[in-house]
Amino acid sequence: MSSLSKQRIDPINTAVNSSMGRVDGFFEWFGNIGLFFWQVLRAAVTPPYEWRELIRQLDEVGSKSFPLVCAAGAAIGVILSLEARYSLTRFGAKSMFPVSLVYSVVQVMGPVITGLMVSGRVGAGIGAELASMKVTEQIDAIEASAINPYRILAAPRIIACILMLPLLTLVADASGLLMGWFAQTLVEPLSFQQFIESGFKNAKLNSFLPQTFKTTVYGLIIGLIACYEGMSTRGGAEGVGRAATKSVVLGSLFLILSDVVLVKFILIVFP
Amino acid sequence: MATTYDIPTKQGHVEKQDNALIVAVKTLRKSFGSHRVLDGVSLNVTRGETLAVLGRSGTGKSVLLRLIIGLETPDSGSVCINGQDIAGLAIDQMGTIRKKMGFLFQHAALYDSLTVAENIAFPLAHHRRDLSKSKRSDRVEQLLAEVGMEGDLSKMPSDISGGMQKRVGLARALALDPEILLLDEPTAGLDPISSGEIDDLILKLQRERKMASIVVTHDLHSAKTIADRLALLDQGKVVIEGTFEDLQQSDIALVKEFLKQS
Repeated sequence: MSSLSKQRIDPINTAVNSSMGRVDGFFEWFGNIGLFFWQVLRAAVTPPYEWRELIRQLDEVGSKSFPLVCAAGAAIGVILSLEARYSLTRFGAKSMFPVSLVYSVVQVMGPVITGLMVSGRVGAGIGAELASMKVTEQIDAIEASAINPYRILAAPRIIACILMLPLLTLVADASGLLMGWFAQTLVEPLSFQQFIESGFKNAKLNSFLPQTFKTTVYGLIIGLIACYEGMSTRGGAEGVGRAATKSVVLGSLFLILSDVVLVKFILIVFP
Repeated sequence: MATTYDIPTKQGHVEKQDNALIVAVKTLRKSFGSHRVLDGVSLNVTRGETLAVLGRSGTGKSVLLRLIIGLETPDSGSVCINGQDIAGLAIDQMGTIRKKMGFLFQHAALYDSLTVAENIAFPLAHHRRDLSKSKRSDRVEQLLAEVGMEGDLSKMPSDISGGMQKRVGLARALALDPEILLLDEPTAGLDPISSGEIDDLILKLQRERKMASIVVTHDLHSAKTIADRLALLDQGKVVIEGTFEDLQQSDIALVKEFLKQS
């Protein structure tokens, strides 16, 4: 083969090998997280159960995320109120404002914003905490003390995320609707009772409950990815930073992607 | 005289096993990527005996300890604890075996969000739920007294020195009264006086508790002080195994070099 041909082929070979390596790494990640999930599930359903640690994590994930989720929900409510009023006035549908805001907040923005806020706060926190424990051999020390780290570290955190996400979503929804109404009332007075009656008129339970409870899947994604990235960290301080970043980025990404599937699923099952 | 009995192995063979043998490592091989760390290491430790594993940095000594306690999986070979092969055991099954083992990590690996007392109480809280809170507290104080750390219960790991962290790590490793104690570089990073104190402490604990111990170290003086037998690792293999006198009398160039440099 001529040296000129080799010069043309080598960069191509390198690019192909690099791409194949990334594809391998992508599938390997899914395989590893699947195995991790299986270990956590086995640990979670076999005694002894770590109730004290679960309660502590419910507080960490739930109570301590309350102010952030409340504030984010409030902001979203105001933004949607301003945008909705402008659009609906333009198209002569001002009377649709309450129902438009209620459906936007409760069905779409409330769950997604809650998920993203919790992914940022809780996902990063879990990823960094467990990564720091991993690089300082604390997780190895737990395992060497004959305590299952999946049972005491991962399971309570993941279960807490699953249980707290729907409750935090309700908080974000309430905050969003309240502030959305308030923003509207400043411009055009509307009683809160009238707003709620109009907004929830003809609404059925399956208009809102599935959208709220789909956030249990968000919680599973956030908790699982953060625990996996933390407990499989390598590489000292750099590894801890990488674990925290990946926990947030991958948690948020898969949360949004899962919503595509969940929304379709809800529309089919709850028409 | 130790008696022998038949042990059926996973491969369907029958081996004679000495009932005083508590740790049996057979032809262990372990690689990380393309780097072969252990290449056919075999070692035995009997009850009440202390074996020091010596070698230069990077010869796989710590990896050997991690394989024995099951934190790493060998590529081939076996590790038997009390006659049971630990290969392929699930994490909870391995936990039953680990309850009889204590491990002192090189940097102590204390839980940095817990106090000294909570660190030592941690394994007790999980495995001795039969003990009341006050009995557990008494046990923690007793363990801290054994390692010379009474009065430091409420301090955080970041508030104490490296030598004190090792003592607390040792107390935590002894919490469940193990039959086997694994120590990874117990004197690493310590000044000569603190190293001597740790050596004396380990000797005292061995005399009182009669555990089998495996100590990984590059400190020949420490190994001479605390070990009954020494094994020298190099390039993943055991170069020599025996008493310190056996090493002194050896004609192997590497052994002579190691003794000269230490």
